Amino acid sequence: MIDEGRPMMISPEAVLKTTTKIKLNDIQSGKVLSVHDKPNLKYAWDNGVAIGRYLAELKNGKIIGKRCNSCKRVLVPPRLFCELCWRPTDDWEYVQDTGTILTFVVSHVNWDASRVKKGQRYHTPAVIELDGAGKDQGILHLIDEIEPYDIKIGMRVKAVWKEPEERIGAITDIKYFKVIE
Amino acid sequence: MAQDIAIIGVGTTGFRATTPDLSYRELTYEAAKKAYLDAGVEPKEIGAFVATSEDFCEGYSIADEYAPDQLGAVLKPIYTVSGDFIHSMASGVMMLKSGLYDLVVVQGLSKASNMVTKPYLTDFALDPIYNRPLKELSDYIAGMEMNRYLYETGTTREQCAQVVVKNKRNAMTNPLAGHGCELNLDYVLDSPMVSYPLSELDISPYSDGAVVIVMATADTALALSDKPIWVRGIGWNSDTPGLETRDWGRAVYAEMAADMAYKMAGIRSPRSEIDFVEISDEFSYKELQHLEALRLCSPGEAGYLTVEGATELTGDLPVNPSGGCLGVGCLLECTGGQKVLDVVLQLRGEAGKNQLQDVTTGLAMSWRGLPTTTGAVAILSN
Amino acid sequence: MGLRRVAIVGAGLTKFHRYTQETPKELAYEATKMALDSCEMSLNDIDCVVLGTAPDAFDGVHMNGEYLIDGAGGYRKPYMRHYVGGGTGVLSPIHGWFHVASGMFDTCLVVAEEKMSPAFPHPAGAFLTIFDHTTEQPLYPTLIWIFAIEMHRFMHKHGYRKEDIALVAVKNKKNALDHPSAQLAAEITVEDVLNSEMMAYPVNRLDISPTSDGAAAIVLAAEHVARRVTEKPIWIDGIGYCLDTAYWCNRDLYYPDYVEVAARAAYKMAGIKEPSKEIHIAEPYDPFTYKELHHIEGLMLCKRGESVKMLLDGVTQRDGNLPCCPSGGLLGVGNPIAAAGLMKVIEIFLQLRGEAGPRQVPGKPTCGVAQAWGDLMQVGTVVVMRS
Repeated sequence: MIDEGRPMMISPEAVLKTTTKIKLNDIQSGKVLSVHDKPNLKYAWDNGVAIGRYLAELKNGKIIGKRCNSCKRVLVPPRLFCELCWRPTDDWEYVQDTGTILTFVVSHVNWDASRVKKGQRYHTPAVIELDGAGKDQGILHLIDEIEPYDIKIGMRVKAVWKEPEERIGAITDIKYFKVIE
Repeated sequence: MAQDIAIIGVGTTGFRATTPDLSYRELTYEAAKKAYLDAGVEPKEIGAFVATSEDFCEGYSIADEYAPDQLGAVLKPIYTVSGDFIHSMASGVMMLKSGLYDLVVVQGLSKASNMVTKPYLTDFALDPIYNRPLKELSDYIAGMEMNRYLYETGTTREQCAQVVVKNKRNAMTNPLAGHGCELNLDYVLDSPMVSYPLSELDISPYSDGAVVIVMATADTALALSDKPIWVRGIGWNSDTPGLETRDWGRAVYAEMAADMAYKMAGIRSPRSEIDFVEISDEFSYKELQHLEALRLCSPGEAGYLTVEGATELTGDLPVNPSGGCLGVGCLLECTGGQKVLDVVLQLRGEAGKNQLQDVTTGLAMSWRGLPTTTGAVAILSN
Repeated sequence: MGLRRVAIVGAGLTKFHRYTQETPKELAYEATKMALDSCEMSLNDIDCVVLGTAPDAFDGVHMNGEYLIDGAGGYRKPYMRHYVGGGTGVLSPIHGWFHVASGMFDTCLVVAEEKMSPAFPHPAGAFLTIFDHTTEQPLYPTLIWIFAIEMHRFMHKHGYRKEDIALVAVKNKKNALDHPSAQLAAEITVEDVLNSEMMAYPVNRLDISPTSDGAAAIVLAAEHVARRVTEKPIWIDGIGYCLDTAYWCNRDLYYPDYVEVAARAAYKMAGIKEPSKEIHIAEPYDPFTYKELHHIEGLMLCKRGESVKMLLDGVTQRDGNLPCCPSGGLLGVGNPIAAAGLMKVIEIFLQLRGEAGPRQVPGKPTCGVAQAWGDLMQVGTVVVMRS
């Protein structure tokens, strides 16, 4: 139990004095002055060889991976090297646009923590194990055309693509995955 | 406890203004592969890894998450230092000295070409309350510092311009460098003014590239390598970051970092014990200011040495034989990586056309760039 | 070769709030000052400083480490910043340990600071940029998604029920009632958790730790210094850390391999063979309710799939056999990311010294473990401490 006689190293009273609690309203109303700044930060990322091909194939309506002959995985998204075996990957290999839901959520919040508005569909992102890629080789994408709370782990899904002329070579060329069984 | 540490492998991609063909992962992979080959090790034999990154330079929040894959460090001890490459190297040196590991890898990367709004980035590093609202392009900080440095030491703009001429010329014969060219003094002096007394050519351009090194404890180094380069001293230090409170004329951080490294290396007379240096020259005057801070000459002397040719490849104290930031390009957090790399290559006798004769001890020094007052120093011997 | 022994000799912690008036520098200063005062040292006695702070996007300053130098006491000292996302707080003493154990320094000040509130309109927005810019960011993912994804997989694999997992929030928020820094201490019920707003099924609002502003600091010393500074140094006997691959979709998320690998390294160093018996007290990282259970399994404090039973049996209560998060954890005390991790280390430090006041666990614990986790569900950082 507490050793009698030794003063506490961190006194609760001292802790309480360290910071000053304010409220969002104090800032918004100008009671607590603040400085606002929106940083002008833009990036144009080089995707490199592997992701470059991945995007080009998405534009063609196909999903491509790269096989590692050492661990037998087909890596999606493809990479020039296998991060587990740490060796260059081998052949390019198309995988199916069908797969299995490994896990998913029903999100009531948007990316910026604002809430999904009434009447709008909840977000249902999932990790989808693509057919032909190997165990646990999933990608992150969205599920649609089903009531959010009817989705189950293990369901079979298939990609729903944008029209060819709308595709730009991005992960969003797949609109979402829909449940097929 | 006093464990000697050596660099037994280095790898790099070389440094170019743009690298559109490779992603940041692929750049690092290439450098790592070369470094491991150079050291004769496999990633699974390595005890720990230190990566170097700064969120907004990579365009990721918590950019450390993308460190392990391309180093072969998945499920291995790895963390990220957001400092210069030489900070990470110091972290690695401490890991080895602690006795916990025999082999440590240090990584640095610049993908500066992917930053579309570079000037604003430096602005974003300023104090958000005192300085940022002024909305001045942050090169003015370098201009102010240069002005004060010239004033305090009597150095001239011509002397600074000579640094540009020298470094860009050195870069011409360094196959790793991306910004070499043959200029004359007047051309540099007449280049458009950015922030008086700083002109456009006084500022180093940016480059992309990656550096990976493998370090080992003495026993392991001697067992694995026939050309280990010993880390005799390492030091790092930070002055106050405030624009209002810093010393504008002197590079105090470099003085203190150097003192720490000299003490560790047992160096009392730097000028006679150090054969050549690779030091931060993101702005031309910085090379001179840093030379003085490293106590390789007295205040005000660096400019004269430069004009006399003492800091040329053939001089008495070669400075930035690789071409420095002005010739190779500023590499963000990897700046120190290029410096260390080139000191290692020189000490191994692998510096090609820029090879210096009979060098045994070299010093690598980096500064973290605007608006910081942080620097690090490493002293290496063969 | 024997390792140099390193002890924690002092600690400081601010009160955590959603919004504080203090600037990041001032937060760091408050914690640093308290840590130095606690062991009657001054900055002159400090040889070097390490700083942990997670993404720069929260504080809203590029090169946040540089900006914080004077607040963290790094002025004209060897000063270094490191980070591994959420694991940063527990990495901080590890990095400090390297500084002292290397023999290069005798004392090291370890500071962890996070001011999340400057990111507007909500700090969660900053988390968008942790995802791969090409293959994930276009889908506008959030941090809550991926943790809910992990939780769902964890529940599915073990057959855990939400109402059982919710008990973690009840326990931790209650524990936090006794913590002076606590931001969200409360007496709540399982129903409160289940009925709180649904954020992303299976995660409810009360399953999540809050966003916070705060700072923490500790002082590390080599053995010969530590013995002079305090009569009860707490030794850092084991450290472990690692990162799993950033390709988080390519792993089975139900088990935290990254925690196990880090824990094994730390246990090996500390000579611990049976963690569940030799460790008396634990501070597993609990930014979400399921995470405490997930990490207890990863720390090998119970068998895989048995953490819920342990929770239901009361083993992890403050008066249980293996108290977990007696501080109140992130769920109760708050989650200023890096500072929250260091808060856990400080809790073990105080508990082992017997100075945790009303939070003191019975039975004079002598061995504790603190752990944190972060990034794309890939970081494990573990510290084993002994009195």
